Amino acid sequence: MNIVILVKLVPDLVEELTVDTSGIALDTAWLRLIINEFDDHAIEQGILLKERGGGQVTVVAADIEGVDDVLFTAAAKGADRLIKVKADFTGVNNHALARAFTTVIKELQPDLVLTGVQANNDLDGSLGPLLAGCLEMPYVGYLSGVSLAEGKTKVRKEYPGGLIAEMDVTLPAVLGIQAAEQPPRYVAVSKVRQVMKTSTIEERTVSGLDMTGGPTLARMFQTEAGQRATMITGSPDEVAAKLVGIFKELGVL
Amino acid sequence: MNQDIYVVIEHLRGQVAEISFVMLAGARELAKGLGGNVVAVLLGHNAQGLAGNPSAGSGKYLSADKVLYIDHPALADFTSDAYQKALAGLVGKDQPRAVLFGSTSIGTDLASTLSIKLGLPMVSSCRSFSADGKFISQICGGKIMAEGDLPGPTALVTMVPGGYKAEQGQSAQAPGITQVEIPALESLRVTLAGYIEPEAGDVDIAKEPVLVSVGRGIQNQDNISLAEDLAKALGGVVSGSRPVIDQGWLATSRLVGKSGKHVKPKIYLALGISGAPEHAEAITDSNTIIAINTDPAAPIFNIAKYGAEIDLFDLVEVLTAQVKAAKGS
Repeated sequence: MNIVILVKLVPDLVEELTVDTSGIALDTAWLRLIINEFDDHAIEQGILLKERGGGQVTVVAADIEGVDDVLFTAAAKGADRLIKVKADFTGVNNHALARAFTTVIKELQPDLVLTGVQANNDLDGSLGPLLAGCLEMPYVGYLSGVSLAEGKTKVRKEYPGGLIAEMDVTLPAVLGIQAAEQPPRYVAVSKVRQVMKTSTIEERTVSGLDMTGGPTLARMFQTEAGQRATMITGSPDEVAAKLVGIFKELGVL
Repeated sequence: MNQDIYVVIEHLRGQVAEISFVMLAGARELAKGLGGNVVAVLLGHNAQGLAGNPSAGSGKYLSADKVLYIDHPALADFTSDAYQKALAGLVGKDQPRAVLFGSTSIGTDLASTLSIKLGLPMVSSCRSFSADGKFISQICGGKIMAEGDLPGPTALVTMVPGGYKAEQGQSAQAPGITQVEIPALESLRVTLAGYIEPEAGDVDIAKEPVLVSVGRGIQNQDNISLAEDLAKALGGVVSGSRPVIDQGWLATSRLVGKSGKHVKPKIYLALGISGAPEHAEAITDSNTIIAINTDPAAPIFNIAKYGAEIDLFDLVEVLTAQVKAAKGS
């Protein structure tokens, strides 16, 4: 089984996000990029499948700052092959990324392509289904379970309220992972450092990204509070006392 | 090409999903400015009733100028391949000004793939439209908004809840239904094997009057007990956001959010929850939301009634003790 996992780096939402002087993009000067958390689940799911049924796991990502760490971490978790795609990714959208990855993925001839179901900065669709369109493969997303059988995969698709649909998908296919069957495994930094010495990251170059299909922005701005919460201030004791007052008012105490 | 706004009606096991009404309301705002019609697109098998009968719950109909209904046995339950094939034919032929999908398990399986297949532009996470045809999307966990002109000729749009109320997309009048024929749906690559019912769980968080809900800020499984002690003192239970459930720190039955439960407690106390749209949409019916978070920019403060910018670990034990004391007095 040849499994390819696509990962994307996204803004760390814990940091303060500001809009740059162009007014239509995030200010990258202070932006910290981290692996999309759903892609982390896709890596976990891919490695679980390999551990259960054998095969090879290849992780593919765009070559932007921080990508080496992300790829070596995936190798430390059990990925066999690492590839970074080189291009001018300034202002890239998902349509362009999907097209850039399509060339590389066709070369890899995967049975299964896994990626996170969404990313926090998606504005023109999600990478998985866009890629499925480019590769003319079926796509199913919002998955929290994947198993493999001859020529097909059985997936667990999440619906609201905890309802799950079990679906059969013909291979090759692209799947959008919401959650792996177990939490993404932890690897120690020392192990990642060790892997850095023994693993290599292959490179592929793509020229002329095609952004057709994404919207053109007129304005980007920080969300304006509709009705900002009444803020309670003071020491922990004072905040607790005020909250107890609110609980009493609401008839809970 | 025309100025009509198509809305792909989402339904699951015989029930129209709330997002469908939200999208119809958005479509109406857009159509008003553009001078087009709001067209509900319903796919299913023997499912005309979803448009022809009042909706369960509201007793109202889909608020649309007309309904295009596509019937096929392969469309009885949602599967991405059959739905895509059926919609590709319809959208390609009619060329409406926009097609709206839910930013949901159903809609996101369709819109992006159709964008590539039909060579049409796409916008995701749209929350609302302006009367002059602009989209306003919400990204980065709800912290950033992005605005632009609706791309043409046909924009494929996924919509998040929050911009419109479901009631705005409901009507007392039944819309006219036109059945649309589609070519055979053959060699389908995705098929439904069956449904797995949600785990019953020990409690139904949708019915609890007090929820102490924990997010990523709770940091590890051992700390869950802090929230449990507080919940117990308040006569409620603990629930959680997606990261907490995915880590296995709480049972799936305790998940509040898009793929979990929508809740409506008297008090929703959010501890270390940022309030990403997927979570926010599930708690807006709560009577009073109280948010505790160290990040002043956390979107949860925009939907909470009360908030405190304080470390939950400094607060929770103190609060539990004060609640217990207040009950004792």
